[in-house]
Amino acid sequence: MSEEKKYWHLLEEFEPVKDIRLPKGPEEVTSPVSRRNFLKALGLGTASAALIASCKRPVEKAIPYFIKPEEIAPGKAVYYASSYFSQNEYCNVLVKVRDSRPIKLEPNPKSQVTPNGTSGKVQASVMDVYNINRYEHPLKDGEPVSWEDADNEIKNQLRNLANEGQTILLITPTLISPSTKKLIAEFVSTFGAEWHQYDAVPMNGYREANLRVFGTDAIPEYHFDKADCIVSVGCDFLGTWLSPIEFTRQYAHRRDLHRENPNLNKHYQIEAGMSLTGSNADDRIKVEREDYGKILAYLHNKITLSSSTTATTNIQFPQETANALDNVAKTLLQNKGNSLLVCGDNNPDHQVLVNSINQTLGNIGKTIRFGRNYNHYRGTEEWFERLSNANPRAVILWDVNPIYNHPESEKIKDAIENASLTVSLHSLPDETAELCRYVLPSTGYLECWDDAEYKTGIYSVMQPTLHKLFDSRQAQETLLTWLGNENSWADYIKNHWNTNYFPLQNQNTDQERYWVEILRNGEFVSDNTETSPSFNSGEIGIALNNSVSENSGEGFTVELVENVNIGTGHGPLNPWLQECPDPVTRIAWGNYASISPRLAREMEIKNGDVVLIGDMPGIPAFVQPGQADKTISIALGYGRRSGIPEDLVTGVNAFPLTKIKNGFRNYSSSGFNIKKTGEFEKLALVQGHQSMEGRPIVRVATYEEWKENPAAGNEMHEKVKHHLHSLYEKHDYPGHKWGMAIDLNKCIGCSACVLACNTENNIPVVGKKEVSRAHEMHWLRIDRYYTGNEENPEVVRQPVMCQHCDNAPCENVCPVAATNHSDEGLNQMAYNRCIGTRYCNNNCPYKVRRFNWLDYTGADAIPNNRYDPANMTLDLPRMRHNPDVTVRAKGVIEKCSFCVQRIQKEKLDAKKEGRPMQDGKLKSACQQACPADAIVFGDLNDPNSKVSKLMKDPRNYHLLEELHTLPSVGYLTKIKNKS
Amino acid sequence: MMHVSPIREPLINGEKSYNDITNDVMAPVKAKPGKLWYVGLTISALLALAGVGAIIYTIWNGIGLWGVNRTIGWGWSITNFVWWVGIGHVGTFISAILLLFRQKWRTSINRAAEAMTLFAVMCAGLFPLIHMGRLPLGFFIFPYPNTRELWPNFNSPLLWDVFAITTYLLVSLLFWYMGLIPDLGTIRDKMKTAWKKKVYNFLSFGWKGSARHWSRHESMSLILAGLAAPLVLSVHTIVSFDFATSIIPGWHTTIFPPYFVSGAVFSGFAMVLTLMIVTRKALNLEEYITVGHVESMNKVIIATGSIVGIAYITELFMAWYSGVEYERYAFVNRALGPYAWAYWIMMTCNVISPQLLWIRKLRRNLAFTFGLSIFINIGMWFERFVIVVTSLHRDYLPSSWAMYKPTWVEVLIYLGTFGIFFTFFFIFIRVFPVIAMAEVKSVARSSARKFLGKSVKQKPEKNH
Repeated sequence: MSEEKKYWHLLEEFEPVKDIRLPKGPEEVTSPVSRRNFLKALGLGTASAALIASCKRPVEKAIPYFIKPEEIAPGKAVYYASSYFSQNEYCNVLVKVRDSRPIKLEPNPKSQVTPNGTSGKVQASVMDVYNINRYEHPLKDGEPVSWEDADNEIKNQLRNLANEGQTILLITPTLISPSTKKLIAEFVSTFGAEWHQYDAVPMNGYREANLRVFGTDAIPEYHFDKADCIVSVGCDFLGTWLSPIEFTRQYAHRRDLHRENPNLNKHYQIEAGMSLTGSNADDRIKVEREDYGKILAYLHNKITLSSSTTATTNIQFPQETANALDNVAKTLLQNKGNSLLVCGDNNPDHQVLVNSINQTLGNIGKTIRFGRNYNHYRGTEEWFERLSNANPRAVILWDVNPIYNHPESEKIKDAIENASLTVSLHSLPDETAELCRYVLPSTGYLECWDDAEYKTGIYSVMQPTLHKLFDSRQAQETLLTWLGNENSWADYIKNHWNTNYFPLQNQNTDQERYWVEILRNGEFVSDNTETSPSFNSGEIGIALNNSVSENSGEGFTVELVENVNIGTGHGPLNPWLQECPDPVTRIAWGNYASISPRLAREMEIKNGDVVLIGDMPGIPAFVQPGQADKTISIALGYGRRSGIPEDLVTGVNAFPLTKIKNGFRNYSSSGFNIKKTGEFEKLALVQGHQSMEGRPIVRVATYEEWKENPAAGNEMHEKVKHHLHSLYEKHDYPGHKWGMAIDLNKCIGCSACVLACNTENNIPVVGKKEVSRAHEMHWLRIDRYYTGNEENPEVVRQPVMCQHCDNAPCENVCPVAATNHSDEGLNQMAYNRCIGTRYCNNNCPYKVRRFNWLDYTGADAIPNNRYDPANMTLDLPRMRHNPDVTVRAKGVIEKCSFCVQRIQKEKLDAKKEGRPMQDGKLKSACQQACPADAIVFGDLNDPNSKVSKLMKDPRNYHLLEELHTLPSVGYLTKIKNKS
Repeated sequence: MMHVSPIREPLINGEKSYNDITNDVMAPVKAKPGKLWYVGLTISALLALAGVGAIIYTIWNGIGLWGVNRTIGWGWSITNFVWWVGIGHVGTFISAILLLFRQKWRTSINRAAEAMTLFAVMCAGLFPLIHMGRLPLGFFIFPYPNTRELWPNFNSPLLWDVFAITTYLLVSLLFWYMGLIPDLGTIRDKMKTAWKKKVYNFLSFGWKGSARHWSRHESMSLILAGLAAPLVLSVHTIVSFDFATSIIPGWHTTIFPPYFVSGAVFSGFAMVLTLMIVTRKALNLEEYITVGHVESMNKVIIATGSIVGIAYITELFMAWYSGVEYERYAFVNRALGPYAWAYWIMMTCNVISPQLLWIRKLRRNLAFTFGLSIFINIGMWFERFVIVVTSLHRDYLPSSWAMYKPTWVEVLIYLGTFGIFFTFFFIFIRVFPVIAMAEVKSVARSSARKFLGKSVKQKPEKNH
């Protein structure tokens, strides 16, 4: 108003208007406690009292966008196609990004290799980028250094060494990135360096055998879905061997009894220690680890009886084993061309026999196909020879940890320390990186560009989904810098694709458009021609002789295995993976020596008794039903010490027990003694009881029985139905009624669902001590029971999560109605309402409810009481939280919600688009991650939904249905193809 | 003068006039406390403090400090809760139900038993509170009007528990205090110090002992007795509902209400015996709490103990008869499983040992009775442990079976409740008359030796 011009037309108006209010009274002026001030103080007081009293924390650091980026809508997830490749495991994924943070990995349905599921490792790997131990900046001698200085110094030294003709070694794990390989080739030629690939668990024995027999060192594609009879000699193809995600899908496909022509495969597992694959076999034949060669020779003899190559030496087995093996040979011969023999041994002689058997059976070209060969597992032992003998002056290590996972770690240490230039391109500290003079930290895989050619002709990309968290630089960028290449690595990849792969297709004529589509789809598949290799039988005789003459010797054989979650123990030791119990032993956080029940009785060893095996430090023993008496199985991947927090150091390193014979690593060695120390270590065993006690928990029938009666093994279901009556009115479900069907015949127990659930639902990690006290927090667990005798039991599994009962025993006992029933059949938890009486938990017959015993998450209002041994509640790991799921406070019960946040999102999406919900579009996290498609989730009110149909299957039953809890989860009986 | 059967032994020994009764009972209130009292109070108070410390530690850090786990959600806390509630049964049982049944021997023990009830129920009430994961939000359990229109779940037995226990505590407190009023008036009259006189005057609500006062007092006592009597039965019935309405094998049992009530009376009398055998000696009240009283209580113990024994056997029979495999397993597991030792402690202490009381000599032997009462207290604690822990640790799915072991925090909290209990009890015996003077006087004319004349055969008392 002041700036406006004032016009006046009477003189009086020109006078300033007097304040017509009453003069201020004296009390109003003098009293400091005016009515207004009083109210202010009162308001402030009440507000602050309310603030202090309400145990909530103020929201911190909420900064709104000034200019909103186009692709980021707060609260809306964006998905980027990318690839996971680590420890020789590949998975094409979609990265779910919320508010610029990758929070979850989901399978890419457009992928040809892994369209429908992931592994547990893939699910958990999203946390690796938020690992608090990552290098934050480049280091020289442990001190921070600038990138320029480090680059210049290294470049000069490399150039000098190259001029002097000294040996420069670049050691990497198997790389499947074609662009990286091209770049390394440039590096190698520029500096005269040598590039070696190194795998902690290699498959060079397979490649060698294929070279000998088929004239190519390629590892072919295996088609487990085309095999009517699978025979595996100690090969954990569902857990850790070659390409388990892919094989699980293929295997489960043949276990699906809902196909048009169900034709169940027959799976024999011949093994010493109980593996994940062995626990799924129809017939498991227990043998000693040392006899694998003889068994292969025996089978070879039986199968190739007519052929001239046989060297029939006397192979003696106990009668029972011989009969079983004869039976195996007979079944294989009956299924010529539709069978598959695999062996998990890296011994080329054994693999030669396997190749010969498969060739004789006519499986080559049918269940084993050359052409789309696997490009991973390229590691050899050459590097070690070069490192210890060629006196290398420069050693560049990129993401390999031989100090930890090589038996000759002392020699390696000396060689590295002798070199004048040692550079580590690791992103995380480990035993080997610590020895290097320069540490030029690489980025995490979700922060960088890369590509991959997993199988010949199947190309995929990796794209960054997160801005770099630290001052790190991708190893490829580092190489580019050293080479003086000004291009960015992303451009380098793009160029490589445009020159090499763009011409392989004709859908897109524009290179830019092609590239965008690749980024959207994630995978590009070029045409491929199948090759039929020639068969050379010349090597078989030697292989047979070698295999038969293997000397079993005195003492025990130690078999080193990979655990499905931990693998080789590379990388940051993901706390989620550590906390996920092994699907066979159900032990988390640490390894152990599995011994047979008979040995345990003889030596009076109980679970957790620390034993000494050879020169190894003491390791707790675990009595494993089905374990061969003379074989002790120990998992690799434990006992890491460097680069991980103190609390996560767990288990014993078993790599020193590996033997390298003629350049091939062998994962079993014999001649060991076992000795009790008298010490005891409590194992984090989540399932102490192994038997079902004759209860109808997992219902099993044989394939023959099922063919006669589809309800075989499930007779009780009908019987129980007629006994169930209720005085109460049933719930009304006017809209949806969510339900889940789990096919026990398809579930192999890989635990991908458990880890997917952990990631999706922000489930806290509680550490070894808490797990051993039965305080684990998993919403979804995979129960495992043994039936039959302990010498070689049958194994059944059952994933159990909240059953969302219609008559939920938990609901009526909660005094504050914190757990209640939704009109869509969900048993819901109102965390805010829960006061933590745990009555619901007691009254849950499935024991799926989990209580926050301590402040595991940092969500508690009381200070200084956090319990977080795995450092999962620090700012960095918390960035990974799924913002759609509440982080639960201390003292609150939690449990599976059927991924209610996903239900809600799909409902809203359907509503916005004005369409009904589509069956199959809504997937729970566990279902989505399951590579076996064993879990089906959907609307039971929709009679055409897949889950409704499965619930009507005669195989369907509900867990503890005789209690009349009316669960929304159904299980389909397990059908074993017993002979 | 009422005719009294000469066979009954007198309820009060010695030649007691009304004045003697007043002086004897009031002696501890008037006199300076002895050394022993101070020592006892100090130990109890320290124990109580330690317990409170353990409770604060638990609230701060979480229930994870205890040994309970995903399978056994309730451990020592609920065991202790039921145990203390059981003990807290007997005071009101004695004063209300025995009043209605006109059992005159109750007059010598009802005051102390009621006080014990109050303290025990306070200790008991502590456990459901502290076993909550989020104690500060415990008020959610009360049906208070709120803007969110949220109500507690009236189907939950735990909610019934809250009502049952608070009602019981309130009515017991009222009843106890009602009885105290005339005695407080008497104390006031006997007090020499002015401030004490004032305090007791206030506490006695200005009791004058007029006929109108007495008439109102009597009718009020009767009304409260009428109210309290069903409560005695309902409290433990409802506590038993916590288990009986669940679906856990070993919990889901219709026999629980009567079984729990008789168990509670059983353990309550055992605790009264434990306390009174010591108190009568320490406070020189042997002539008021006689061996005859002890014998009467022992008779109740045989009766209730036998009911409990039958209940145990019925449970076993029903588990077999039901044909439900889970139920059967639960009981086989109790008797032969990893917690069998607890089961057999329970069986020995609760079923076998009270049967010795059929022998009159033992019934009247104070040392034996004292030992037995301790046995029963232990046995009844194990009964609750067996019910709570053994049923839970192996329920439906063997995959989730687990074991439970308390941590030192749980043990300390339990010991702490003893501290709280005895702190209150020690203070109680100093400030209030341990025996209801007015009531004892009311029976003195009919039951005291002095008034019974010489026709009564006097039995020699050994244990004076």
